Amino acid sequence: MHLDYIDEFREPLLVKRWARLIAERAREPCTIMEICGGQTHNILRFGLDTLLPSSIRLIHGPGCPVCVTPTAMIDAAVALARIPGTIVCSFGDMLRVPGSRESLSSARAEGGDVRVVYSPIEALQIARTEARRKVVFFAVGFETTAPANAAVIAEAARLGLTNFSVLVAHVLVPPAMAAILSAPHCEVQAFLAAGHVCTITGSHDYQRLASRYQVPIVITGFEPVDVLQGIYLCLEQLRSRKFEVMNQYERSVRRNGNEAAQRLVEEVFEVRDREWRGIGVIPRSGLGLSPAFAPFDALKTFEIALAPPADTQECRAGDVLQGLIKPPECPAFGKRCRPESPLGAPMVSSEGACAAYYLFKRKNDGEI
Amino acid sequence: MCLAVPGKVMSISGEGLQKQAKVSFAGVVRDVNLAFTPLAKPGDFVIVHVGFAISLLDPEAAARTLDLIDTLTD
Repeated sequence: MHLDYIDEFREPLLVKRWARLIAERAREPCTIMEICGGQTHNILRFGLDTLLPSSIRLIHGPGCPVCVTPTAMIDAAVALARIPGTIVCSFGDMLRVPGSRESLSSARAEGGDVRVVYSPIEALQIARTEARRKVVFFAVGFETTAPANAAVIAEAARLGLTNFSVLVAHVLVPPAMAAILSAPHCEVQAFLAAGHVCTITGSHDYQRLASRYQVPIVITGFEPVDVLQGIYLCLEQLRSRKFEVMNQYERSVRRNGNEAAQRLVEEVFEVRDREWRGIGVIPRSGLGLSPAFAPFDALKTFEIALAPPADTQECRAGDVLQGLIKPPECPAFGKRCRPESPLGAPMVSSEGACAAYYLFKRKNDGEI
Repeated sequence: MCLAVPGKVMSISGEGLQKQAKVSFAGVVRDVNLAFTPLAKPGDFVIVHVGFAISLLDPEAAARTLDLIDTLTD
């Protein structure tokens, strides 16, 4: 069989067969959270929620690193961009995320040298070619992105680059899932875990969560067939009262994950407590540089202190990111808060739940 | 952010952290770092995230995923 790993997982007849099977098997009402913003995006883009029976409620998880990066971290990036001679390199999604006063995009408009990169490799190349400038890479991401960022930091160390540093805002998924499951009003009965995060980490941490919180977890891919299959496997576990980790995305996820990537991450980073925007501090939920790589810490190099949180009260991103409300239930949604003038990060990122509802719900059914 | 897409490895050069490939994404060819998928060979598909291959796709596992519905609805 010839595969391109995309089209065959979007094949409309196959998608309809899965939707029909789910409708036949769904009995009890249930609430399933998809962790990853990429899954949220595709659920709305392909209208998968509209193919499901009304007894199945999908709620959208915190899996958008851009959305959970705290205001203080954005402020630090803006402060770095304002230091004469620095170049701040960032993934494009971060540019319009509002800090407490401004965004990287507005800092750039006022003369800051902020450059959008697709890969951290580009930031390293800029540091090598612009040897007189100080280059800071805004290292944002979940476990999926940590190995790439670690590789670039290790390479900078090997090359002995002294004009390259990183603003580390890495977060980890399992502690956030534990925080959601421990919350008093948690309604999540099953999880679609994020396939690309688990491609790196494997499934061990999730097995502990599944048994401790008695919750089915299905590691799930991103295409329509993947998401529907993940939902089906959650339903089957709920029906048979099993609380296990299943791997729907087995074409990419190995039980032990990508061990070469894990080794490099463990060498370059160490686990730290981290603030999540709109949620608060979650213990051991982030990464910082390990002592051996501390010379690459931009906060230390430029002596910048992170400020305490100061999020707008009007933005209910924290509730959205924990699945407590859906984006249209926020009073500001689509009114004071739109993609062109966002109050919070989930309206900015292409994977933010608010932006996904704004873009696709409007197109699909004109609800807004 | 964890957006990662499948592409086909066309050619490989270098070793270790510098191991590179030309990878085709539906005909668009880009440089991809193979440090984390050292076993990838030309013709294999990899999942690529921010310029790095993070997994070697398993065609047999993909076929099982596509065929699962047949075993459930027969």
